[in-house]
Amino acid sequence: MTSQSRLAGLLREGRFVVTAELSSSDSADPEATWRQAEVLRGSVDAINCTDNTGAHVHMSSLAAAHLLVEKGIEPIMQLTVRDRNRLALQADLLGAAALGVRNLVLMSGDDVTAGDHPEARRIYDIDSMQLLEVAAAMRDRGTYLSGRKLEQAPTFFIGAVENPFAPPLEFRPLRLQKKVRAGADFIQTQLVFDVRLFAHFMAMVADLGLVGKVFIIPSIGIPRSARSAHFMREKVPGLHVPESLVARLERTPQARQAEEGVKIAVELVNAVREIPGVSGVHLIGIKWEEGVVQVAEAAGLLPRPTLSPLVSAGGRG
Amino acid sequence: MRVIERLVLAVEKPLKEAIWDCQMCGQCILHSTGLSCPMRCPKNLRNGPCGGVRPDGNCEVYADKRCVWVEAWEGSQRLPVFKSHIHHLQKPVDWQLQGTSSWINLLSGRDGKAPLGWSPHPALPQRGRVSEGE
Repeated sequence: MTSQSRLAGLLREGRFVVTAELSSSDSADPEATWRQAEVLRGSVDAINCTDNTGAHVHMSSLAAAHLLVEKGIEPIMQLTVRDRNRLALQADLLGAAALGVRNLVLMSGDDVTAGDHPEARRIYDIDSMQLLEVAAAMRDRGTYLSGRKLEQAPTFFIGAVENPFAPPLEFRPLRLQKKVRAGADFIQTQLVFDVRLFAHFMAMVADLGLVGKVFIIPSIGIPRSARSAHFMREKVPGLHVPESLVARLERTPQARQAEEGVKIAVELVNAVREIPGVSGVHLIGIKWEEGVVQVAEAAGLLPRPTLSPLVSAGGRG
Repeated sequence: MRVIERLVLAVEKPLKEAIWDCQMCGQCILHSTGLSCPMRCPKNLRNGPCGGVRPDGNCEVYADKRCVWVEAWEGSQRLPVFKSHIHHLQKPVDWQLQGTSSWINLLSGRDGKAPLGWSPHPALPQRGRVSEGE
């Protein structure tokens, strides 16, 4: 129970971190998850395991995160309030801690109508802000939301999300501030394509005195083709993909679109790195782990730093 | 149900439903949400908008409806008082209060009861260019 988050250690040492998203698995065979994760090993500091991403059913984030822990790869477990009430959420948080999961990203989640079970009942018993508070209470005060004591408190590094590009734009930095107050140690943002708007958001975040209080990690998408960029633009809630980006890929011959996608992502990584208060990047290659490695390489983010040997890498410690 | 509660509900329910499309959660925070009822949000979010708000300010789920929280933000900025209450961290909903009178729950203090593991937060310090008002 003593092992700490390596991601937290790197951020607190002031390293520029790299995280990535694992393609969610639809396989009962753990090898499918491990294969994807092995591609990323050594190129990123921690890997997000998504929770029914886009409201489509996949292997649970808790199980995927544990599979990564078993292989000595540090997971970031995403958990949404869409599919679980407060009892199930706390049960999974405690279970995750016992299985060696140290990093969390807690969020509302895309609505069920965006997914493959649009007729499902949505839960939303508590909201994402309240879940942050609940996880922080379990960690810091050692209690459930009911007030009942835990025998052993978990050691979580608590993450949240923010979308700097969705209205109401002026409220977004204030909402981020609220998340920090509720318990967020780090933030992974929605995919950044509009760097100017993101820089404006970061300036407002800095104005609120939040730089140094929370680590902000913008997400960078790696479009594999004009078609995937088009899909992101049309179908993914809360995503703002500029028409010019889709057009740039469409102008590129199909055989070279993936290469161009990597180039776009590297440009974005280099641009956000320059913005004060940015602590790392979260690379998302949709069903394309190799793209993440290529971007990390081309952006000069390799090799990944090692942490002082006192801190174990994700195991049960 | 007690007679008094039935009488209060006979006034409160139609009034609040007509004006605010009230969902009768029984723990009203309209003054903290710019008079936009957060229970109309399909995700029942009481602490701010989700990340799925459309570029035009409409709801992720109902493309033809304005986001409840876009209205809450705009509404809160127009309020002469309680402007800063939109920054309050709202405690989890007590679903036992669904359908009861929030007026009675307010007077009796019942709607102020948070779970024991919920920590009350001090008022939010603000500074810089994003002004909180009040």
